[in-house]
Amino acid sequence: MVYLTRRYRFAAAHRLHSDALTAEENRRVYGKCNNPYGHGHNYVVEVTMAGEIDPATGMVYDLAALDGIVQEEVLERFDHTHLNLDVENFRGHVPTTENLCVEIFNLLEKKLGGDGARRSARLARVRLEETSSNSFQYEGERTTESRK
Amino acid sequence: MIYLTRRAEFSASHFYHSPALSAEENRRIFGKCNNPHGHGHNYTLEVTVAGEIDPTTGMVLDLKELKKVLESEVLDLMDHRFLNKEVPAFAAKIPTTENIAVEIWKLLAPKLSFGKLHRIRLYETPDLFVDYYGE
Repeated sequence: MVYLTRRYRFAAAHRLHSDALTAEENRRVYGKCNNPYGHGHNYVVEVTMAGEIDPATGMVYDLAALDGIVQEEVLERFDHTHLNLDVENFRGHVPTTENLCVEIFNLLEKKLGGDGARRSARLARVRLEETSSNSFQYEGERTTESRK
Repeated sequence: MIYLTRRAEFSASHFYHSPALSAEENRRIFGKCNNPHGHGHNYTLEVTVAGEIDPTTGMVLDLKELKKVLESEVLDLMDHRFLNKEVPAFAAKIPTTENIAVEIWKLLAPKLSFGKLHRIRLYETPDLFVDYYGE
């Protein structure tokens, strides 16, 4: 089994605010991230595919195909948007980087590893950096989080 | 168990071409990587060894020895080489980053007299890397 990881970047704005909490609680829980006007990040997303090396091509997964799927499902959807206001994915839940990481995993999993010769590879992990010192990773059912 | 990682860099050229595919298929699958004259990368290799801390030295392994093995087994063989033409393992196997990572594992695993090889991570660029754990 070989794990192949590719990094991509996008920039987006968000505001952390939960309708389930009072204004005071929102301010206490989310701090400056609760600023009603929102704020932005340069996100880095790492997509890891796991699979056996195809003996004919020497590759685990077609990188051009991976780039195309990430472009369409993630970058075009989220880049230069306000996550709370511009995309359907966060109607009703808070666009924390945790939720965004899970959302990206689920969007990609639907498109990756489904067809033809690439069937053998699967999406193993999405790791999302909100800043250079803040990152989250999601592996589907087996979820792990790292925050430092 | 403690995991110790050492990084090393090497520069090499390669191109992607499978004799099992037609010229047209090679161009379609490998794109600009199919250019027969090759192209190059600065590879960054991370070798992770797992072991117990020696109570006498406080170390998992002798770093000098690891560095020496990395140089003799990997860097001497691949640094400033055209991988397809100058590294025997890639005479019949495409030197994709996946295959290079597996090959480096095969070169290093039998040569380590200390700890246990845990992971080979090979960066082709800062945005693309491969992990191999030996199986």
